[in-house]
Amino acid sequence: MDFLTLIQVLDSTMRMATPLLLACLAGLFSERAGIFDIGLEGKMLMAAFFSAAVAAATGNVWLGLLSGVASSLVLSGLHGLASITFRGNQLISGVALNFLASGLTVLIAESWFRQGGRTPSLLTDGRFNGIELPFAIGPADAAAADRPLNELIKEAGPIQQLYSELISGHSILVYVALLFVPLTWWVLFRTRFGLRLRAVGENPAAVDTAGVSVQGLRFAAVGICGLLCGIAGAYLATGLQAGFVREMTSGRGYIALAALIFAKWRPWHALGACLLFGLLQAIALRFQSIQFGGFTIPVQVMDALPYILTVVILAGFVGKAIPPRAGGQPYVKER
Amino acid sequence: MTAPAIELKGISKAFGPVQANKDISISVQPGTIHGIIGENGAGKSTLMSILYGFYKADKGEIWIKGTKTEIPDSQAAISAGIGMVFQHFKLVENFTVLENIVLGAEDSGLLMPSLSRARKELKELEEEYELYVDPDKRIDEIGVGLQQRVEILKALYRKADILILDEPTGVLTPPEADQLFRILDRLRSEGKTIILITHKLREIMEYTDTVSVMRRGEMNATVKTSESSPEQLAELMVGRKVLLRVDKVPARPGKPVLEIENLSVVDSAGVERVKGIDLTVRAGEILGLAGVAGNGQSELLEVLGGMRVGTGTIRVNGAPLPLSGSGSDARSRRHAGIAHVPEDRQREGLIMDFHAWENIGFGYHREEIYRKGVLLNNAALRADTEAKMAKFDVRPPNPWLAAKSFSGGNQQKLVVAREIERNPDLLLIGQPTRGVDIGAIEFIHQQIVALRDQGKAILLVSVELEEILSLSDRVAVMFDGKIMGERPADQTDEKELGLMMAGVAGEAA
Repeated sequence: MDFLTLIQVLDSTMRMATPLLLACLAGLFSERAGIFDIGLEGKMLMAAFFSAAVAAATGNVWLGLLSGVASSLVLSGLHGLASITFRGNQLISGVALNFLASGLTVLIAESWFRQGGRTPSLLTDGRFNGIELPFAIGPADAAAADRPLNELIKEAGPIQQLYSELISGHSILVYVALLFVPLTWWVLFRTRFGLRLRAVGENPAAVDTAGVSVQGLRFAAVGICGLLCGIAGAYLATGLQAGFVREMTSGRGYIALAALIFAKWRPWHALGACLLFGLLQAIALRFQSIQFGGFTIPVQVMDALPYILTVVILAGFVGKAIPPRAGGQPYVKER
Repeated sequence: MTAPAIELKGISKAFGPVQANKDISISVQPGTIHGIIGENGAGKSTLMSILYGFYKADKGEIWIKGTKTEIPDSQAAISAGIGMVFQHFKLVENFTVLENIVLGAEDSGLLMPSLSRARKELKELEEEYELYVDPDKRIDEIGVGLQQRVEILKALYRKADILILDEPTGVLTPPEADQLFRILDRLRSEGKTIILITHKLREIMEYTDTVSVMRRGEMNATVKTSESSPEQLAELMVGRKVLLRVDKVPARPGKPVLEIENLSVVDSAGVERVKGIDLTVRAGEILGLAGVAGNGQSELLEVLGGMRVGTGTIRVNGAPLPLSGSGSDARSRRHAGIAHVPEDRQREGLIMDFHAWENIGFGYHREEIYRKGVLLNNAALRADTEAKMAKFDVRPPNPWLAAKSFSGGNQQKLVVAREIERNPDLLLIGQPTRGVDIGAIEFIHQQIVALRDQGKAILLVSVELEEILSLSDRVAVMFDGKIMGERPADQTDEKELGLMMAGVAGEAA
């Protein structure tokens, strides 16, 4: 494997890790506040559909993003209503929302676009396109030189390769996702809101007796979770791919939850965990069939690899992960 | 005369059909310690929860420092200058002391300025009231005594000048409790008003200026402590004359029933909780095992009761019993003549959602009298339950009620009835009167002494020193998994035992 291939795999890792990272941070906010959210998957799916649908209908990707986030927030609100206001079981509420999203997206897609439960493919304006950073070799350079882009990059030096392939050329949401890592850390550990949020996930009674609203904090956390899931879903449909297809999240919400446990609910570790899972997905994408002597590993095995490794990592390498102590328990005032 | 710090006028609060507080009026002068005493369920906690904004009173008025004040939530209570130290601390365990103090009382959106201001202010409070806690330690790294100080500091940081403490000494060693009262004394002399809720008469008598007695939701009396007596207060609490001392004849110890040699217990986290102890309990005596909770007593009881594995030797009536593997379970222990009243009746003694008659059968459901072929003889179980309820004065005497519907004292009577009535050679009994009201305490104590007088051996584990001293014939103190020493109960006192409980070794007895 040469240097360029390595860089290309890492480049793909960034793209694959982005929705995981956003969903993982979404889960982090929610679970740090004591609300387990197994419905990351459903929220992403809903947002993926609405962002693609609105982007396709209006041709404006920002409107798409906005409606994706809005749809995800609606699901968050439902989860909050069920698990915070009515103190229902958080797992059941999450699972129900996943089912709802899974069915509703296809149903609406079919009745709206009549393309078998998908949205039309998005054209350039309907997508988040790559941003060329200064001095990077990009499509513009290729057009100017009238040569294919990969040839130009192949000829460039290793640092230019690294810069142009890996660092430059991603859509804005990739950079936004990365920015959310330090931002999440800062909010959690450097602000009043963060202190209260972490407290409410550990011991809501302490927050309540200090005269701060437990419900308010938890709704805020669930809201942030909805926002981030919305961005994640929008990225899937309008950045990573060009349109919505049924079940396109394909378990990313659950992998994000796995990454969250692997990261033990810490933002920087979440970045590491998501990059690792992203790398697995990138490898599976890149090396669809590997020859072992005369034997070819079937493509299905490669596709399943990230999921298998998820199980292996969670079972073997996490060590003792202690979730927020009040996680999953509705708060009931008591004497 | 200055306005009272707190004045409650005609406070009433009902939960469904239960009238938790009935027309309660009290008035507390500033700069005093006012005790509120009453049995479990007398309505003390409800009253204080109303004062701290957890519940809203159905009727009545709250006056703080001469002004009528509405307290719809905790925030309002805090701004009215009320601070509350709950029985179960409201601290975030993996936060530092400083973070816990600041939580909810931050100055601004950013944390750093609040934390550094709090650090400075904490230093001042520390000098003013001699309340030292390391602000950077995490809550789970410090002991309960210090955790309680953090709760007090939290209140003071919020400028509270009325401090409510709910059963503050339940979790403390006697030296820690003494220290707490020194702090409260200091706070009083600085002009703070303190409300002390407790069921311990001794604390009321020693430390309060005035005391109110509650019973069944009503305020029975408010008296000057100096003009009252423990007997009078106990009678006001229970509504009849109560025997405060356990009446018993000297023990006549016989042959050893339980012999423990070099017993060690390692818990699931790999921590050695019991470190090679030796103990003997003889027929016809009560051995009291004192110690602050968490020093290995619970683990010891669980090993003896067959709920946990250990290493070493135990013999009952001379026959060795296995400490792990087959034959070391609770059923085998019962066969060997051991009855066990576990420390936590709600988790290990009863199934709270099951009927009383189902609970009476647990552990003994294989016995012939409860069986009808391969089936349970439910009618026999119910009849037996009715008989036990009558004998142990369980109220209400209804076998069909779920265990959770009984008061703490009556739940404990059910468990004690189940175990004692089996006529065991050895009774293991943990925290027999935790959360049990005075009337029921008296009854349960009498039952334990009666069992002793029948020549049975009893191992009593309790964190209440008073209980240990009044029931036991011999006292052993456990600290950090080891026995610190043994004393005849009539040749020791709370002070000596308290020191041993804190890890100061006693002279060998």
